[in-house]
Amino acid sequence: MRILTFIRQVLDAEESVHVANTAVALENSKLVMDTMDEYGVEEALRLRESGIEAEIIAVAVGPGRTQDALRTALAMGVDRAIHVETDLRLDAIALSKVLAQVAQKEEATLILSGGQQADWDSHALGAATAERLNWPQATWTSALELKGTTLTGKHDVDEGSETFTLELPAVITTQQGLNEPRYPTLPNIMKSKKKELRKEPLDQFNVTPKVNFISAEIQVKNRLNKVLDGKDVPAAASQLVDLLRNEARVIA
Amino acid sequence: MILIVVEHANGKVSKSTREMVTVARELGREAPVTALVLGSGVAPIAAEIAKAVDQVLVADLPALSQYDSELWSAAVAQIATEGEASIVLIGGSRSGREYSPRVAIKLDAPLLEDIISLKASGDKLTAQHYTYLARVTETIEAMGPVAVVTIKPGVFNPATPRTEAAEQFDVDLNLPTARLKVTGKTAERSSRVSLTEADIVVSGGRGVGSAEGFTQYVEALADQLGAAVGATRAIVDAGWRPYSEQVGQTGKTVQPKLYIAIGISGAVQHLSGMNKSKTIVAINRDAEAPIFKIADYGIVGDVPQLVPAILAELKK
Ligand SMILES: Cc1cc2nc3c(=O)[nH]c(=O)nc-3n(C[C@H](O)[C@H](O)[C@H](O)COP(=O)(O)OP(=O)(O)OC[C@H]3O[C@@H](n4cnc5c(N)ncnc54)[C@H](O)[C@@H]3O)c2cc1C
Ligand SMILES: Nc1ncnc2c1ncn2[C@@H]1O[C@H](COP(=O)(O)O)[C@@H](O)[C@H]1O
Repeated sequence: MRILTFIRQVLDAEESVHVANTAVALENSKLVMDTMDEYGVEEALRLRESGIEAEIIAVAVGPGRTQDALRTALAMGVDRAIHVETDLRLDAIALSKVLAQVAQKEEATLILSGGQQADWDSHALGAATAERLNWPQATWTSALELKGTTLTGKHDVDEGSETFTLELPAVITTQQGLNEPRYPTLPNIMKSKKKELRKEPLDQFNVTPKVNFISAEIQVKNRLNKVLDGKDVPAAASQLVDLLRNEARVIA
Repeated sequence: MILIVVEHANGKVSKSTREMVTVARELGREAPVTALVLGSGVAPIAAEIAKAVDQVLVADLPALSQYDSELWSAAVAQIATEGEASIVLIGGSRSGREYSPRVAIKLDAPLLEDIISLKASGDKLTAQHYTYLARVTETIEAMGPVAVVTIKPGVFNPATPRTEAAEQFDVDLNLPTARLKVTGKTAERSSRVSLTEADIVVSGGRGVGSAEGFTQYVEALADQLGAAVGATRAIVDAGWRPYSEQVGQTGKTVQPKLYIAIGISGAVQHLSGMNKSKTIVAINRDAEAPIFKIADYGIVGDVPQLVPAILAELKK
């Protein structure tokens, strides 16, 4: 079988966000593979390690720098990578058109994708891709197994979680708890340099954005930052309770 | 029409559905605000929402007794097409955010996710939503005559019911068969106030020391204040607390009037779930902990000493 793992390159969570000219500026910031997508790459590798014969392909859409994230996936152990190169920002609905076409061309029967994007906070890509392919999906998946063509697993739903079964082909989106992503080892990093990373232009996919991005701003709520020294415990406790009662008026 | 897909649980219309009614009304369009009720045995739901909207469409079918993304998206897309809906409003719950992309694809429409404001001018729809783990507010615009929109819960004022009820119509649906087979369910159970709806949330992190420390400090303070309890991922992963209490990127988003963070460092993934809280209080022994940057009030000190003293002060 063939497994596609869709990956995105995002700002490292430790980095602060900067906005310049009404858009988030990523120059000079550390960029990494989205952790939620790392779970997908890791899960594909684990399915293979559980004895399933599979070719694993990492796919990414984005500017030239995106190939660094694909290199990370290759170093983690995926077999080859496809980079659809564009500077255009595509919303999840538009992006799913690219991913669905790649899945068809590659005759993939399982797609793994992050449950939520750390930059646009979108949850939509997995389900949108599944809809275009007329496949079922499970979102927010925290446990997964594959036997033959049947997936079983656990995923989060409104107010709780469910166990499920699902026949391939299918789309799975990730949630924390699915696995602990591995770090690429040095030998695997060396090996990955010889792996195929194919570039494809966006034109052939015939996509037009569905959402126009107008502006971005950082709206910081002004916080009072009244920080007390807790060395004198009773004094600090009584001062805090007084502030909450009489200044903030948030408790009785 | 403006179509609202009614969210309901335990025989009641959800608060977020009434928030969607407000969003629909504030658009100021002439189109009737139409509620779609999907489910089995949903007559009371239809009757309840009828007091808030202009018309109600009801699909009361055994096949809809359980939510499924393929069933829900097929039903909503069919009704939106037949009724020539210009806007489809869906709740920003896990399920809403799961099936809404399928509706958007079926309607060949843009999807605006988890929005916190929505404005119509002529045919154009402009919205705002949070990005970058809730650190950035972005303005976006939908391209095209139809848009599918999910609404962030807890942002808009819920519409209040009127006395007269709108007319109800039964609808016929062509439904596919669900392909995801549910084999078991684990419901979240909580004896406390609901985390996402509480006015006060007291949360604990690794700094509470242990599962017992959480009970002794976080739960005791929450009980005293009538608050819900929350947790960081670190202590959920450690097995001290259930995942249902996790606040943050991969947990719940809360925006209470008062959020008290006890022994929490303030990682960006945690902050993204609580940084819109009205007043934030932090207790942490590390003065450099990032949580203090977004705190209104804080004490630098030791949890086992400070929390009992605060409890004693509150009981005075
Ligand atoms: C993809 C992804 C998603 C994530 N999602 C979430 C999420 O949804 N929610 C979430 O919370 N995290 C999430 N995380 C994890 C997050 O990055 C942090 O690791 C986590 O929030 C840290 O939890 P903590 O504050 O309890 O622990 P720590 O960071 O270890 O902080 C403990 C704090 O307690 C203080 N302390 C210790 N002892 C005492 C004492 N005796 N008295 C007073 N203070 C004391 C310390 O000074 C420290 O600041 C996610 C991470 C990733 C990669
Ligand atoms: N790269 C990562 N991917 C997934 N989880 C992580 C990552 N880094 C840290 N965590 C989680 O964040 C919490 C704190 O991690 P640490 O600060 O490494 O102790 C733990 O629950 C880890 O599982």
